Amino acid sequence: MTIAVILTVAVSLTLFGTGLLVRGQVEAMKDYWYDRVEVSVFLCGQASDPKICPAGAITAAQRTATEAKLKALTPTVEGVFYESQKEAFDRFKQQFKDSPILANVTPASMPESFRVKLGNPEDFAVVATALQSLPGVEQVQDQRKLLEKFFKLLNGLQLIALGIAAAMLLVTVLLVVNTMRVAAFSRRRETGIMKLVGASNLYIQLPFVLEAALAAALGGLLAVGAIAAEKALLVDKVLEPSFRFTAFVGWPEVYKVMIIIFVTGVVLASGAALLTVRRYLRV
Amino acid sequence: MIRFENVTKRYKDQGSAALSGVDLTIESGEFAFLVGPSGSGKSTFMRLLLREEKATGGRVMFNDKDLAKLRRFRVPGHRRKIGAVFQDFRLLPEKTVTQNIAFALEVIGAPRSKVKESVAEALQMVGLSEVAERKPGQLSGGEQQRVAIARAFVNKPPLLIADEPTGNLDPATSLGIMRLLDRINKTGTTVIMATHDAAIVDLMRKRVIELVDGKVIRDEARGVYGYAG
Repeated sequence: MTIAVILTVAVSLTLFGTGLLVRGQVEAMKDYWYDRVEVSVFLCGQASDPKICPAGAITAAQRTATEAKLKALTPTVEGVFYESQKEAFDRFKQQFKDSPILANVTPASMPESFRVKLGNPEDFAVVATALQSLPGVEQVQDQRKLLEKFFKLLNGLQLIALGIAAAMLLVTVLLVVNTMRVAAFSRRRETGIMKLVGASNLYIQLPFVLEAALAAALGGLLAVGAIAAEKALLVDKVLEPSFRFTAFVGWPEVYKVMIIIFVTGVVLASGAALLTVRRYLRV
Repeated sequence: MIRFENVTKRYKDQGSAALSGVDLTIESGEFAFLVGPSGSGKSTFMRLLLREEKATGGRVMFNDKDLAKLRRFRVPGHRRKIGAVFQDFRLLPEKTVTQNIAFALEVIGAPRSKVKESVAEALQMVGLSEVAERKPGQLSGGEQQRVAIARAFVNKPPLLIADEPTGNLDPATSLGIMRLLDRINKTGTTVIMATHDAAIVDLMRKRVIELVDGKVIRDEARGVYGYAG
């Protein structure tokens, strides 16, 4: 019976911990990416749409005016970086270095842009309204919007993971309750005699609760081990090398999760056991 | 010490009352037999004393305290004042005689020295010092019941109740048990003994309370088991 409890606790706590880790991972990625996204102000070039850029490519005067306008928008604007067509082309070449498209692209086909770092990413609208109407500005793009869709998906997955974990924890509680019921029943002769000679409720109930707590602690240790394995083997050895463009959840976060799941397991099991034996071992 | 004030007990799914209008007093130090056919309410009487059940009508007073008003967490403390002996001995099969008797002391948290001392004393009183390390399975019925009595008495409770203690024993052994209970009574312990054993009741000439269908029909100071037939 207790083996079942230990293993069930181990599995459900592992799922719970993994769910928490996934959340930590998503937070880490959000932090990493939101730090890096910017507003891109694309400037009119030869290849631009004539409807938006009727005058063709941007002039030097317009470029200076736009830059001045951007710099004037502090503190909303934290930093402004200019990317020329050549620089854009070099970056493109690097990102797509093995791609056949490279053959058809020249620096002239790349847009010029100002990369704007915002003090508060929420203030995109401020920059957009200020710049959209300026001559020579083709488009003001909030790169955050692109990421938002991606993170919405991740949030959804996160909720599913935690939902499964919650269901597993419920299963564990039910198993503990049932195990305690069976244990109380099978030891009814002993507990009957204990009641007869006047043992207090605590004296009678504590051994059961401690049994449950111990089983949960053992299961918790197994879960902690599994979480450590997830971090050491899956994240560090498989995911991180393959996906270099984002941050991954670190050991401090993992340690926190380990403590949370262990304590949750023991408290949940002990609580369930206590409530059950109190009900079935009434004086 | 014990006062039943017009006590009625009706169990939840049963029609008739297990006890009905029982009104009696048992003084401290008395010895009372509780006699009557099966189902007459003897065991219910004992259960009410142990607070395993609460009276549905009337009051059960123990040392001037209404047992029904006892808070649940105080019930173990109340039970420590009562030594209980049963027909089926109720010993822990995996523990030795010494451990079984010591159990009653352990649950109240008595110190180790006191436990040793009291157990030795109790073993001597019931005459089982020689078999102290045996387990119940290695003892005869009479010996097992003596262990049960030792356990019931080791804390020197004011009241000792015995629910058909000789039910599983032969006449000679039963007599031995009876004499033991009598000796305990002489130390000042109140003893209430429910029994079918007519011979013993007739022999001892103690107070006899007769129950029939939950009602007290006889309460005699030096009574016999019953009328002929």
